[in-house]
Parts: sequence; C-alpha cells; structure tokens
Amino acid sequence: MKFLRNFIDKIKPGFQEGGKLYMFHSFFDAIETFLYVPDTVTGPRGAHIRDAMDMKRTMMMVIIALVPSLLFGMWNVGHWHFLAFGEDADFWQTFWFGFLKVLPIIVVSYVVGLGIEIIFAQSRKHEVNEGYFVTGFLIPLIVPVDTPLWMLAIAIAFAVVLGKEVFGGTGMNILNPALTVRAFLFFAYPGWMSGDSVWIEGMTKNAGMLVDGFSGATPLAEAAAGNVANLPSIMDMLIGIVPGSIGETSVIAIFAGAIILLWTGVGSWKIMLSMFAGGLLMGLTLNLFAVNPYMELPAWEHLLLGGFAFGAVFMATDPVTATQTEKGKWIYGFLTGLLAILIRVLNPAYPEGVMLAILFMNVFAPLIDHYVVEANIKKRLKRAQTKG
Amino acid sequence: MLVNIKKGLDIKIKGKPAARIDTLDDQGLYALKPTDFPGLTPRLAVKAEDKVKTGSVLFFDKYRPEVKFTSPVSGRVLAVNRGERRMILEVIVESDGKDEAIDFTKADPKDLQREEVIKKLMDSGLWPFVRQRPFNIIAAPGDKPRDIFISAFDSSPLAPDNEMILKEHKASLQTGIDALARLTDGKIYVGIRKATVPESVFGEIRGVEINEFSGPHPAGNVGIQIHHIKPVNKGDIVWVINPQDILSIGRLFETGRLNAERVISIAGPEVKRPGYVKTRIGACISPLLEGNVEEGRLRFISGNVLSGEKISRDGFLAYYDNQLTVIREGDYHELFGWIMPRFHKFSTSMSYFSWLMPKKEYRPDTNLNGGQRAFVLSGEYEKVLPMDIYPVQLLKSIMTEDIDKMENLGIYELAEEDMALCEYVCTSKIEVQSVLRQGFELMIKELG
Repeated sequence: MKFLRNFIDKIKPGFQEGGKLYMFHSFFDAIETFLYVPDTVTGPRGAHIRDAMDMKRTMMMVIIALVPSLLFGMWNVGHWHFLAFGEDADFWQTFWFGFLKVLPIIVVSYVVGLGIEIIFAQSRKHEVNEGYFVTGFLIPLIVPVDTPLWMLAIAIAFAVVLGKEVFGGTGMNILNPALTVRAFLFFAYPGWMSGDSVWIEGMTKNAGMLVDGFSGATPLAEAAAGNVANLPSIMDMLIGIVPGSIGETSVIAIFAGAIILLWTGVGSWKIMLSMFAGGLLMGLTLNLFAVNPYMELPAWEHLLLGGFAFGAVFMATDPVTATQTEKGKWIYGFLTGLLAILIRVLNPAYPEGVMLAILFMNVFAPLIDHYVVEANIKKRLKRAQTKG
Repeated sequence: MLVNIKKGLDIKIKGKPAARIDTLDDQGLYALKPTDFPGLTPRLAVKAEDKVKTGSVLFFDKYRPEVKFTSPVSGRVLAVNRGERRMILEVIVESDGKDEAIDFTKADPKDLQREEVIKKLMDSGLWPFVRQRPFNIIAAPGDKPRDIFISAFDSSPLAPDNEMILKEHKASLQTGIDALARLTDGKIYVGIRKATVPESVFGEIRGVEINEFSGPHPAGNVGIQIHHIKPVNKGDIVWVINPQDILSIGRLFETGRLNAERVISIAGPEVKRPGYVKTRIGACISPLLEGNVEEGRLRFISGNVLSGEKISRDGFLAYYDNQLTVIREGDYHELFGWIMPRFHKFSTSMSYFSWLMPKKEYRPDTNLNGGQRAFVLSGEYEKVLPMDIYPVQLLKSIMTEDIDKMENLGIYELAEEDMALCEYVCTSKIEVQSVLRQGFELMIKELG
C-alpha cells in the first residue's frame, strides 16, 4: 500500500494553504484521515500518550450497531411490497428489491448532508467531523420508504444547516439532526409522513393495483384507531414484520444494535434503561385511567410499537443532544419515555410521540444539566461555609 | 482513615524501573529552568562564566526577591539560554565535582521559630519545593497554610517507588517533617498506599497523620488525596511537597548545606536497563541515556507519560520531576488504523481488546491516535477523575473565561496532573491540561 501513501503525499501540497486546490482541503483531509490515521503527535506538555479510541471509531461503532436494523429494513420493504401487490418472491428477491429501494435514500442522505458538512468545514477551516456519518445512516432508517428523494434532500439541507451548522457544527447542536430531518418532513409534508400508504413501497402511486383488502396501516395507526384487535402478533412485532419506517420495526435488530452500543460504551445505558422505564410507567398509568382500548393496551406492548425502541437506543442516546451529566441522563431518559407514550396515546394529532418527545427533551437537556451542576455548586459553597 | 478510590486508570507500560540505584559521578551539566515554575518572572543573579558554589543563587523571583533558586552543584555557569523575547529558558551550571557548598548553619528545626525556618529554606533555595493549592504554584511565604499534604506514593505510569528511595533516610525525613511542622498550625497529612502501613517509612515518623489510599491512578496524586481528606474550599490555602524533597530539607537542617541529591527513575519501553540513578536536581539526561536506549525516533519526558514535559536528548530534568521516561515518537501514518483491531494499542474502550489482556504491558508511542474535535461524548472524564467535580463543565467555563463558574465548579481543588487521565482518555483529543493551565493563569491574573 506504499504507493497509496506516496500518491497522497505527492498531491497533498496542492491542497495545503497556497496550493491550487486549497478550496478543497477539507474534502482532501476527510479522505486522507479516512484512509490513514494522521501522523500528529502529542504536544510537549501534558499527556504524551493517548488512548487508541477516536471519533471515527466511536461513530463507526454506531454504524455497525445500525447495520442489523438496516438489513432487516431492506428485507421488510421488499416483503411488504410483494405482499401488497400479491406477488411471490423468495428471500433474496425480497431483500434485493428492498436494497434497491433503500439505496437511493442512503445515497441522497450522504451526498446532500456530507456535501453541506464539507462546505461548512471548509469555510471554518475545520476538519470534517465524523458526526454526519451516523446522522446520514440514521436518516434512511427513520423515514417511510416512499418518501420522495427531493423532499428528503430539502429536509436534510434544512436540518444540517439550521439544526446543526448554525450552532457551530457537531458537538454544538441542540437538536438531534436526524430527528430534525424527520420533524421537518412531518410538518412540511404531513401527507407523506403518516397515513396508510407511505409505508409500503409503490402504494402511493399504484393504489389501484393492490391486493383486495390490503391496508398498509402500521400497528400504531391501528392502535390509535382503537382497532387493538388488528395488531400484529407479538412475535411479528419483535421480529419487525410490520409496516413502518425503514429501520424502526425490528425490535430484535435494534436490540442487537443496543448490545453493541452498550458493550462499547458508546451509548448510555442509563438513558436507554430510564427511557424504557419512563415509557413503561406512563403505559401503566394510562392503563389505570383507561377509557378507550388504546389506553388499555398493555404497557409493555407500547415499548414494541412504532419507533420507541429505535428512539431509545439510537436517538435519545446521541451524546451531543442528550444530557451530559450522569444524574441528568437518568432524568432525561425517564422523561423522554414518559412523554413519548403520553403524546402517542393522548394526542390525536400525532400518531407517534417518540420523535417529538426526544426533540422536546433535547431542548430541555441543557436545563436538566444546569440544575444538576447547580446542585454540585451549592454543595461546594455549603462545604466552604460550614468549615471549621 | 482508609479511602478507596474507585475511579481512575492504571495504564500498563513496559519498562518498569528495577529496584537498583546506580550512582553517577557529580561531574557534568545541571540546569535550573525558570519555566518549571508557572507564573515566575525570573531575575538573573549570575552571568555566564561566573563561579558558583552549591547553594549560590542563580536567579530569583522579580516580585518576591526572597524566593531564590540556587545551584545544585559547585562549578561555573556555562550558559544562560534564552528563548523568544529574551525569556530565560535555562541557567546551565557545569559541575567541578567538588561540591563546595555555602554554609547555611545547621540547626534543629524544633528550636527555631517559623520565620527562621522559612528564611533558611529561602536562602538555601529549597523554598520552591513547597507548593500551594490552589493552582499548584510556589507557596507564598507570607501565607499560613491550613494544612500540609504529602503523598508518599506515586501512582502514575512507571512511577518511582518512593518508599524504596526513602527507607534508608528515616532520620533526615524526620528532621524535614519537623521543619515542615513549623510552617503550619494545622496538620501534616501523609497519604500512603493501602496495606503498606507496616513497611512504610512514614509509619515511624512522628508528627504526621497517616491516611491510606487504595485504587488506581490518580490515587497517589496529592490533589486527589486532599479532596478526600479535607478539600480546598474558596479562601483555603494548603501546601504540598514531594516526599523526596523533604529529605533535602531535613539534610539542610542537619548539615547546614544544600543537598540537591535526588534519586530518579529511568523507565519506559525504550530504555534498555530501566532502574534508578542517584543524581541531582536539574541533571542533564544525556549521560543517563548513554548506551541505555533503543534506536529510533524517541521522546524523552521529564516526568511521567501523562503529565510530564518533553525535553531534548541533551536536555535537563525539570525541577519537580524525579522520573525520566522514554517512549517512541508516533509520527507515522497508519492505514485504516481507526477501524483495525490494534492488539498492540491500549484503550479503555471495549471496541479494542485490552480488556482481554489485563496483564499485558504495552509499548505506547506519542501518536495522537486521531484528530482533535469538539466535545462530543459525555461521561468519559468522570470515569477517571475520582473527585466530586464536573470536569467538562469546568473546562467549558475556562474556555468561556467565566471566572465565577470556574471558582464554583472547583478549580481551586485541581492541579494539571489530576486531570491528566481525562486528557488521556478523551475521544475528542482535547488538551485538557493545557486548558486547565489557562484557567489557572486567568484566575491568578484576575485575583491579583
């Protein structure tokens, strides 16, 4: 691989200050540091050795954790398409169909998002931050498969510029960027983000060719309509053979991802656990005061429905937009779970509450941290006053 | 009291010093570096070619002329090296091997007044051994410290074994402690490693209160120990001193002469025969390295790998350090290194395999292992900082120069070394200690 290194070293001066291609230096840096860990050494004072962990590996762990959900999502897209149109297909045909439908969404997500990131990194003279590698991977997993690509592109541009870059880029943003994309789509194009047809590939365009009696309704929509009896089996919900956003349906695949995140310590177990606890508690509370079938739904079943598991494992745990203090994480996760189920069940305007609950708590995360830190300050002041 | 430190990290590195003390002859070069004392504005008292004795003043503090820095050997001043804006970097003395010393008159510290003890320490140039918290700077002679803290053990990677160094010198240690006892109305606290009580030399020393500490680094940092015994509040001043330096103080009172002797460890994976050497403060390291290091591009560190200072191959040990560490430089590119299994690199992350090999000793280098980023992950620093302090919030308050917040979040309790592990584990590769140092400088400037 020596020739690759030699080649990079040969073209590098062109991208450095004063070079002809200086305007592309962030792009060049991104590629170079992707290929090679830089030869930067530690400074003359301070820690002379550093842990082998870096941002790229951290973000890569999240992507690896997302792969099971993506692969299952691809299969699921094919499965529901063929089911809706009454066609027979074997496993590989099903998967291949879904792969071809999801791939363009991934490509649009990365091209638009990374393009903007690189432009901003360039103008700030920063290195391109790895954060978008995860965001770009999350976006395809939380949108309906039939979302038009141009819509997605607009939403991504909105989320990356106004949700992230205006705050200063990765590490400075208030809102989870991937959820900002979804929220933008949800409010700008509500017809494409809810209803019964957007979850099944081809259903919006070819509604006439459907199998008789086929409904593309998600389990959440069924439950919200009070048709609790129409809910799929628990096994189908666990495996994820239900209509929904591309990557959110399979609880088992999400669980596999959760194990990777927890093992590597990249995702906070405190947030995951407390969010499930919050959701469960709200579910139980609703059971107590139930006046309709939806409120009677067993609390634990809520955790399998919709985007709850995906949100708890991959969205609420985003370290930048979550609380940063350890005590704060308990509060943040718990309230997110509580709110998610509350919105889902009691607010008819929003079939799913997870997205809004997480975004809402993103906004409040700094406030929670503030009070946790304030308690530490008070303790220190008190200690100073009571001494000797 | 027994304090169990749970948070922290022991980084296992090859090249632990063997329990063998070599003696070097006294000839050669020694240097005092004003840059070892943060915030000091030095005034020279000598010029090149001047003859000096052991204990002659080389330079002093411009704003507190009574704080003097004296020659560890007798001989002649070889050079005064200056850097940018004529800042004094090093005052180098060439030893004549005779060790002709100025007589500061011996005395039993128990018979002396506090002022007399202080004056003797100042005149002989031993005063800078005494540092204060907050800010880890040379103590102000006018202050009355609440207490004095001593950590008897060093828990940092490849640290020298203080107990071994001190055990032959109990009498001098006792005299040194007696002198320190004159300086405070409070107590002298000594922190020792748990379960070493029967063997610890401090076990037989009178006039100290002993606390035991267990757990990983930074359990041996005096700042961590203070935090757990009796924390530094706003308005408090406590003094700290390294254990070996107490010996020098003891010998000063016993003999009336400055004794700048020091046993230092030479350690690290690139050292062929890691061990100890008896030399003096500010020794030039090149004779220590003669035929004793591996080939390749190396980094020579005065101090430990977490908070030491890079010096050149013919550089000088820093004033407070009694450790020389040699590791490889890491200026290489590694193809797809960030995703490789990297069995040879240590990491606290479970995405590597260090957890499979808890006993393995590593051969680290100075590669940053990534690029610098904004704060992204949370909860990392808290795992290696055994203090009731919010490290990231404190660092952010320093970055935004919010003095009140820095004070409220506990900056008075910290020294750079206490947050060295935070810097080590940081995924965003933030220069934690440098930020903290800026915080100290800002506080000192603002508080006057």
